[in-house]
Amino acid sequence: MSAEPMSADPTSADPSPTDRVPAPDPDLRASGLRLAYDSRLVVDGLDLAVPPGRITAIVGANACGKSTLLRALARLLAPKEGAVHLDGRAIRSIPSRELAQRLGILPQSPLAPEGLTVIDLVNRGRSPHQTWWRQWSKADEQAVREALDSTGMTDLADRPVDELSGGQRQRAWIAMAVAQGTPVLLLDEPTTYLDLAHQIDVLDLITDLNRRENRTVVMVLHDLNQACRYADHVVAMKSGRIVAEGSPAEVITAATVEDVFDLTCQITTDPVSGTPLVIPIGRHHGAPAR
Amino acid sequence: MPNPKSALKSRPGSGGSPDSVRFRTYRLALPPVSGVFRPRLVALCVVLTAATFLLFCWGLTTGDYPIDLTDVVRALVGSGDPGTVLVVRELRLPRALVGLLAGIAFGVSGALFQTMTRNPLASPDMIGLTQGAGTAVVAGIVLGWDGGLGTQALGLFGALATALIVYALAWRRGTTGYRIILVGIGVAWICTSATDYLVARGGRFQAQAALGWLVGNLNGRTWEQVGPLAVALAVLLPTALLLGRLLRTLQLGDDVATGLGTRVQPVRLAILLAGVGLIAFATASAGPVAFVALAAPQIAQRLARTAWPPTVASGLTGAMVVLGGDLVARTLVPGTELPVGIVTGVLGAPVLLWLLARANRAGSGG
Amino acid sequence: MTGKRARPALLVALLGVVLAVLCLLSLALGAANIPPDQVIRALFGDAPSRFVDNVVWTARVPRTALALAAGAALGLAGALMQALTRNPLADPGVLGVSAGASFAIVLAVGVLGINSLYGYVWFAFAGALIATVAVYLLGGLGRSGMTPVKLALAGIAVTSMLWSFTQAIVLTDVDALNKFRFWSAGSLADADNGLVWRVLPFLVIGAVLALACAPALNSLALGDDVAASLGRRLGLVRLAGVAAVTLLTGASVAVIGPVVFIGLVVPHVARVLAQSVGIGPDQRWLLPLSAVLAPSLLLTADILGRLVARPTEIQAGVLVAFIGGPFFIAMVRRRNLAEV
Repeated sequence: MSAEPMSADPTSADPSPTDRVPAPDPDLRASGLRLAYDSRLVVDGLDLAVPPGRITAIVGANACGKSTLLRALARLLAPKEGAVHLDGRAIRSIPSRELAQRLGILPQSPLAPEGLTVIDLVNRGRSPHQTWWRQWSKADEQAVREALDSTGMTDLADRPVDELSGGQRQRAWIAMAVAQGTPVLLLDEPTTYLDLAHQIDVLDLITDLNRRENRTVVMVLHDLNQACRYADHVVAMKSGRIVAEGSPAEVITAATVEDVFDLTCQITTDPVSGTPLVIPIGRHHGAPAR
Repeated sequence: MPNPKSALKSRPGSGGSPDSVRFRTYRLALPPVSGVFRPRLVALCVVLTAATFLLFCWGLTTGDYPIDLTDVVRALVGSGDPGTVLVVRELRLPRALVGLLAGIAFGVSGALFQTMTRNPLASPDMIGLTQGAGTAVVAGIVLGWDGGLGTQALGLFGALATALIVYALAWRRGTTGYRIILVGIGVAWICTSATDYLVARGGRFQAQAALGWLVGNLNGRTWEQVGPLAVALAVLLPTALLLGRLLRTLQLGDDVATGLGTRVQPVRLAILLAGVGLIAFATASAGPVAFVALAAPQIAQRLARTAWPPTVASGLTGAMVVLGGDLVARTLVPGTELPVGIVTGVLGAPVLLWLLARANRAGSGG
Repeated sequence: MTGKRARPALLVALLGVVLAVLCLLSLALGAANIPPDQVIRALFGDAPSRFVDNVVWTARVPRTALALAAGAALGLAGALMQALTRNPLADPGVLGVSAGASFAIVLAVGVLGINSLYGYVWFAFAGALIATVAVYLLGGLGRSGMTPVKLALAGIAVTSMLWSFTQAIVLTDVDALNKFRFWSAGSLADADNGLVWRVLPFLVIGAVLALACAPALNSLALGDDVAASLGRRLGLVRLAGVAAVTLLTGASVAVIGPVVFIGLVVPHVARVLAQSVGIGPDQRWLLPLSAVLAPSLLLTADILGRLVARPTEIQAGVLVAFIGGPFFIAMVRRRNLAEV
């Protein structure tokens, strides 16, 4: 057993060239997708091209098919018709291991077995790169350390995941997805059940991953304003079809919001971020007085 | 957010985080082998191996007439009093070996099932296998086929046939764990009733022999039974160990596991086959020894303080439980040899209650 | 609206008719070939011969009555158990009833030398009660009080311990072995009127308790917190429920053997039937439905057992498994079994 000399000074602010392989621009697109659960049709004939190197947010009302679409993109759901292509190849035909090295997914509300520590969880994220005889290579160790570092979980590495707070737990799962080292990251409602501070925390983290490491991110969000702030590209869905697609300013208009969410609103500009801000008009506020 | 970078000074040989006392890593340059090992688990396995060896030897010295350890060793190599040689080689050694191997098989099978179903109460004998083995064996006894190899082969046939039937009946465009368990319950019910009928119908001595097998017993086990059991373990144990890595991704849920590149359905099938194979052979050889498959993995998990039932440690714990139980069963009531299943059944209950009481996290165990 | 209301009532009526027919068949059929008109005459006290009178009144009537009473009791207990533990896989034996009864029986026969059914049936009942109390107490151990999972665990623990003791005795005492194995197969053959009358009070009390719990059980199905907020006193309901299950199952099992799987299967069938006539999982319907379906199953098994292997019999308990088991499996295949 040899002691490993450190290849990079962990206290330096600049990542050394060996840690960060610039992610090639991945081309993820869906064409003619038809998705159903048993006989219940959820998505019928959908085309989507995910802009590489950007953050894409999928928004829509409940049961509009956004999670279903994400699952299809991650090969968790086989389409009845149509296909998803990654870099020109149908994902159905890419071997599982290889796909897992290029595309990672974090499903909604994942459950960690009781007592599993954070570092064990993050290590599992390396499994597409490991074999039974090589389970802690240099690259693995580095990826795990960096994942813990970039999610701020290093101090909590030895704690059981189920003992953490909601925000910390979500960050641990994101650390696992980060350690997987995929150029594309799919996240299904990463901020649900978190309080506001933690929601912003997680979204900022995701933005870091995108800006610093050039990872393509596709996330399903239920909060429109967060989608406007954090996403470069917004996809609005309704009843299994894409109603509008583009930059937040293009997509989030009063008309679209009314169509997709059945909600009357006023759109203004967020004074902090400069992105569109949705101000809902309900029966008690904003409606013309009778 | 606190700056973690200063805390990241890594010490050579330690895990990825400075506070990681739970695992150590190793990496060889050539061949390119590397991995993670947990000192506590390794130490536990060493201790368990030593303890199992001890129980094994002790078992060889115990019996109708006690034999010294030195005489046992001499008898093993063939020298000394021919009577002793016979007893040790033909009676006690195979018995101890069946106990050892079956115990390992029970423990590993239980660990596989519990990890796969993410349920610490899962046990391979909930899906009808062991009941099917019982029906086959009792049919053999009551309807007239008897004999050492006969019983084991019958038990194996019963277990595997039942497993196949349950799987086939539960299959409807794929299976779910829930459906397998439900069908298993139905099949177990039918098999148990068939067994009860046969036991009631048979003669008194047949009934006694049948019940003696059904409770889990190492009496009268011979070399003919050691062979198939050893072969089965030689094939299935490495399979279970190799699958361990993939099994641990399955623990995170099907979706996450698929996202990590594990092909969930084939891996689960392979694990199921390994688990079923192990329990089938173990039950066929020693009968359905109570509780070992349920308790051994849980005991091993808690001793090792891991988040899942560790495969090797579970096997060793299972071996200890069976060998230890057999020892107790033989020495408890002077003059009679109780079957090992009775002891494990009586001792298993408090273990289970201890699991209940020890549920120290909200939602676990209750 | 009368259409919708009428359907459940029609179902109950239909099931009642089926049950009545089965009772008549049970009285009419058997190892001795007696023409139906003579059976009817015997029932009205005008038997053509003492033999016929004997067969009908000392063999068939108690047998049928026992099937009705014990069957209904087990069906009720099963539905109750599943509602109490919120676990569709629970059977009334989960609380250790069968294990307690069998241990007590072999103890009575093997250690105390009591050999008559009248003698050891009380032991069986007592054993069932004690085992249930033990399980109940053990299930309440620990900080979070009693939960369905802990109750099940405690049940498994006590059951296996008692089975081990039972087997220890049975393997060393031949009389105990014989009594035990015949009892285990689950038979209605040893029924006689006296026995039926003696266990009947317990069954009636248990049934009343069970039916009284029904409305509370509907709230319980929504979860402990919701039930408490609806004003249900959880501890009391659980206690009453467990008491009912113990009385019903203990008394039945003591007499006819551990035929507890009826209690597992029948509530599922009841639920399916209830859904098909538009009643949801309402315990006020499910409990009575189970109580009517279970004796039908038991009677069918008993009748078949008498006919299939003449002149000997196959025990009813065995045939219940061979009928109920495939039926259960078929149901599992055809639909996702609804949660309680």
